[in-house]
Amino acid sequence: MVPMAASCLPTIDIETLALDQGALLLIRHALAQLSPGGSLLVRGAAPAWDIHLAAWCRQQGHALRFETDASGTPTACVTRAASAEGRWRDAQPAAAPDSGVAEAAAEASPGWGLAARGATVEAGSPRFEFALRRKHELWAATAGELYRQAAAAQWDPETAIAWDSAFELPGVVEAAVVQVMTYLIENENAALLVPARHLGQIHPHYREVLQLLALQCADEARHVEVFTRRALLRGHGPALSTAGGQASLHTLFDAPDFSIATFLLAVLGEGSFVNLLNFLHEHAPDPVTRQIARLAARDEARHVAFGMAHLEYRLSVQPDYQARLRNAIEQRYDALAPTAGLNEEVFDALVLLAAGELTLSAVARGHAAVGQLQREMASGRRARLARLGFEPAEAQRLADLHTRNFM
Amino acid sequence: MATPTLLMGAVAYAPKVVTIWEGFKAHFAEHGLAFDYLLYSNYERQVEAQFDGTLHLAWNSPLAWLRAKRIARARGLSVQAVAMRDTDCDLRSLIVVRAGDALQSAAELRGKTLGVGAIDSPQATLIPLDHLRSLGLVAGRDYAVRRFDVLGGKHGDHIGGERDAAKALLAGEVDACCMIDGNHLAFGLDGTLPAGSTRILARTEAFDHCNFTTSPAAPAALIERFTALLLAMRWDDPQVRPLLELEGLREWRVGRTSGYALLDRAVDDEGFYGPDGRILSADYRY
Repeated sequence: MVPMAASCLPTIDIETLALDQGALLLIRHALAQLSPGGSLLVRGAAPAWDIHLAAWCRQQGHALRFETDASGTPTACVTRAASAEGRWRDAQPAAAPDSGVAEAAAEASPGWGLAARGATVEAGSPRFEFALRRKHELWAATAGELYRQAAAAQWDPETAIAWDSAFELPGVVEAAVVQVMTYLIENENAALLVPARHLGQIHPHYREVLQLLALQCADEARHVEVFTRRALLRGHGPALSTAGGQASLHTLFDAPDFSIATFLLAVLGEGSFVNLLNFLHEHAPDPVTRQIARLAARDEARHVAFGMAHLEYRLSVQPDYQARLRNAIEQRYDALAPTAGLNEEVFDALVLLAAGELTLSAVARGHAAVGQLQREMASGRRARLARLGFEPAEAQRLADLHTRNFM
Repeated sequence: MATPTLLMGAVAYAPKVVTIWEGFKAHFAEHGLAFDYLLYSNYERQVEAQFDGTLHLAWNSPLAWLRAKRIARARGLSVQAVAMRDTDCDLRSLIVVRAGDALQSAAELRGKTLGVGAIDSPQATLIPLDHLRSLGLVAGRDYAVRRFDVLGGKHGDHIGGERDAAKALLAGEVDACCMIDGNHLAFGLDGTLPAGSTRILARTEAFDHCNFTTSPAAPAALIERFTALLLAMRWDDPQVRPLLELEGLREWRVGRTSGYALLDRAVDDEGFYGPDGRILSADYRY
């Protein structure tokens, strides 16, 4: 394309480039530089360029006339349609007026739809009624940083674990490992599905949270895989699943909003699970279980960090929300009061797993280790509740009301 | 007394026609015009319904407009073209050949095979055949015609016939084919005809396409209100823009009847309709 200076009107020469070979882009670009009503001279030498230009101008509403100069060369004069910019009249930026692209708005408009934060959205775009579209209902100040950490920390179950490590366990200990894996799988199913149910309701304006939760779901998918592979590793099927355990997890699906669900699942449940996974990493009788416990614990710690950061944000803008957190723990405790809590199969399996053999002294050692685990879990819950502003005595009381199923 | 409702006919050449007219119906209702539409599977029955009292007006193809005009004239009645799209004005049809073929002029089509669209397509059949006739070439006598007949009775609204003819050209099944100018560009852009694979052998004079045709004795006040509401629709308005996009226009214009002479002549020369609007073409199925 050669810009022409001979005329006072802007002129482009598309030479032998046909409109269906890219010249249309050049013409559109040149016209976009003009105000509606402005004219552009177009010269061309490709076969049919003039007839294609006429057809295109008709479709776009641009006026067109052809002039022939002294040498007999035709020139098209395209007058940009008055309606050319009509599509963008009343368009809105997908951001609050005082928020840049980097900063999430306090409330996201349904009319912004799926547009990138800061994009210009055509008026009349469809509304997406995302239930979670107010920042305080979902935001965490560190969501972007946690997402970057999560993206960098993704691991491949196939290569990250030495599945063919040599080890031989007594039958009762292998059975205990399988029982613990069975328990972990159902808990990880809840940890995948509970955030996933909220994920689909989050306005994508809050992309950092969206991205982080998506990776969190991917983390849990891997955990389900590795726990399943370990359960089946020595040819046994998964073991027992109790009504009490599932009742505890069921209450997570009944949480009234994203913040409560995050509080119960991430802050209290996954927080306790980090202790459990660290316990498995330390006490598991075989290298495969120790490896998967270490990798899963690292992921879960990130989930807890997001949960804490979200609730800290929510409480910073809505301090009285703390009462809702207290109520949530108490209501869940009441709901689970008639259930058995942690089933004795899982408890015994943890003891045996830590014991490594079915002898008096080993079982005593394993039992002590599980007792220590339970104290560490309660202490961790208490510390996190204190960070969320609960007085020490209240934090202690609420920490003790947490489900005996750990998650 | 119930508010009088303006009844319009439209041909259902594609599913989007329902979306379009439901949208217009809602738009007119918001502006106080009671409007309803009746869908027809073909333009012939729609035009006939303009003369039995069923319809007040019809969204007519150019061929349907000419038939309505002929029937009205034969009966001493009158029909009017009250509005049309900006994109209905000044179209051209093309006769296209493969880029590498030796054909250099329309006269060289003698003895060759021309692919055309549906039998009732103004742009892909009737007008190009008339153009060749004006150059002394008569279909069936001087060259063979292969018809790509998609959805008879839709007057070529369905572009499938033009697309099939274009594919047949590339496949070497015909020596040339006919299409409207905008489709030559569109087929180039969408890859149906790879850019540079074809060459334009001939182009017709400009002609006009669809219009809203009033029926004899249509209620003048309702027609006037309908036309005023159409002309007031603005592309800038996000509420109506989707409707305009679906219907393929930027703005409605007052109807004009100066652009139908080519097709009028073609209808006579190709023996499609009689002077009184009777259907003469023996091969026409709809």
